[in-house]
Amino acid sequence: MLYLELFTQGLVQGSIYALIAVGLTLVYGLLRILHVAHAGLFTLGGYLGVLITNQTGSLGLALVVSMIVVGVLGMAIYRLCYQPILDKPPYVALIASIGLFIAMEEIYRIVFGPFGISYENPPLQDSLPIAGMYIKSGEAVTAIGALALIGILALLATKTRFGTAWRATVTDPEMAESFGINPVKVRYMNFFIGSALAGAAGVMVALLNNLVEPTMGSVPSYKALAIIVLGGLGDVRGTLIAALALGVVEAFGTIYLGDFLDRDAIAFAFLILVLMIRPQGLFGRA
Amino acid sequence: MTMFEIGAYELTLITTMGIAVTFALSLNLITGFCGQISLGHAAFYGVGAYTSAMLTKAGIPFPLAIIGAAAMASIIGVIVGLASLRVRHDFLAITTMGVGFLFLGIVRTWDFLGAEMGIAGIPGSGLDKSGYAILVIVIAVVVALFSLYVKRSWMGYVFDAIADDEDTARVIGIDVARYKLAAFAMGTALAGVAGALYTHQVRFIDPASFSFVESITVLSMVVIGGIGSVWGVIFAAGVLSVLPQWFQFIDDFKLLVYGALLFAVMRFSPGGVAGMVKALRGDKKNTKKEAAA
Repeated sequence: MLYLELFTQGLVQGSIYALIAVGLTLVYGLLRILHVAHAGLFTLGGYLGVLITNQTGSLGLALVVSMIVVGVLGMAIYRLCYQPILDKPPYVALIASIGLFIAMEEIYRIVFGPFGISYENPPLQDSLPIAGMYIKSGEAVTAIGALALIGILALLATKTRFGTAWRATVTDPEMAESFGINPVKVRYMNFFIGSALAGAAGVMVALLNNLVEPTMGSVPSYKALAIIVLGGLGDVRGTLIAALALGVVEAFGTIYLGDFLDRDAIAFAFLILVLMIRPQGLFGRA
Repeated sequence: MTMFEIGAYELTLITTMGIAVTFALSLNLITGFCGQISLGHAAFYGVGAYTSAMLTKAGIPFPLAIIGAAAMASIIGVIVGLASLRVRHDFLAITTMGVGFLFLGIVRTWDFLGAEMGIAGIPGSGLDKSGYAILVIVIAVVVALFSLYVKRSWMGYVFDAIADDEDTARVIGIDVARYKLAAFAMGTALAGVAGALYTHQVRFIDPASFSFVESITVLSMVVIGGIGSVWGVIFAAGVLSVLPQWFQFIDDFKLLVYGALLFAVMRFSPGGVAGMVKALRGDKKNTKKEAAA
């Protein structure tokens, strides 16, 4: 039974990782940028989720509003931060992004205080008996919600005109442009969607922990980077599998390796190990 | 009779500055000269710090402990370098970041290394405050001279070629792996020295001193100074290391300032301070030429 519980815990955690990492991988696919500041948007999503729920009492409204606000901010980051430096060597955008992320965390600390905020009436705290074990309904909602959002994204990418344009731009921007696709529009949409998903992940993590703090984005941001590298950089399907796999590896690792390494170290040991065997990532092409 | 009195506070500042310069120059060898982005350099600083702390606590004399710290950091650096030969660019950045987290995971969980409590009661250097400041400055100067020497040597040109375009470097017959490992070996050894110097200044270490933020701080020094520029990096490390100590109000906003600076420099002047100075000089020369013509 312990195995099943660990596995479920891993999947819940993994689905949150997936929600964050998909946005990152989309940005990488389009622009070849490791968008570290993405995790700053995730944190903002968490804050908005708690603040709006506390004000209005509606978690659903909080989720929608934070996804929109965070999405718009994501577009602003693209316009102000990345667009002007796209022609520079890749480390320039990477370091700018790290700088932006650190600054964002500090701004949250200054604006919302260093100790974090919680739900006044934390929603979804009851436990559901499922398959002989008890799962917090917050966890169930998180995992299902995350996978549903990613499912919607997959439909959007495969069934709509925008999705086709988007995939074409990721695969071959110049070819896409010559077919009349506006790559700038695609990038804005891409940042909006990816950031909105990160915002949703923020709301969900806030729900799971009943706490939002300025540095809550740090660990997921580095983990999400590890995940998109494992997934082969820019490969959405690879990213999803890597995210769920990492969640499960961590859940088991903390139980069986906890005396030697902490959770983050286990994740990165796994990353380094995989990269030594497959330098292009689990699912990347050589 | 001395010209001006130097108090204990100034000596601490000078020591801090010297250690930061050594640490930043050590990363400049790897990232600046050889083009290998490292987001986990604090791990090697930490390896040096922990090694030296353990050695001196076991009764090994201070000078030997520093050499031991350099050797240990360099050995681990070469192992990481060997592993990193398989990955490049963004993959390398994330792998080195992983190395940083792996180091933190180890020092946080292993009781043998003090776990979260860290190591206290580390022996001092045997020198007084001014003696230690002089030692640190001498080491920083030696490291700076060494950096300048490497930059202008044959190896420096090879590093340059690798940083510029690895594949082309390989095509013209450069043994890329060998030189990359050399950069890792030298850079991590010097980071180990910086870590050891830090250990015996503060005489207490814990995992928090070697976190990801420290890796980013040292990377900001290299980047803000100007990637690959020895003078630029010395300047940036010197200023950024004492800024928070000089202005208490900056200390509260230290990370905000670092973050904003990193972002602003990359966004508006990716060459850093060195790049700005170069541009200004270039403008002057051009104006002179125009005036002459």
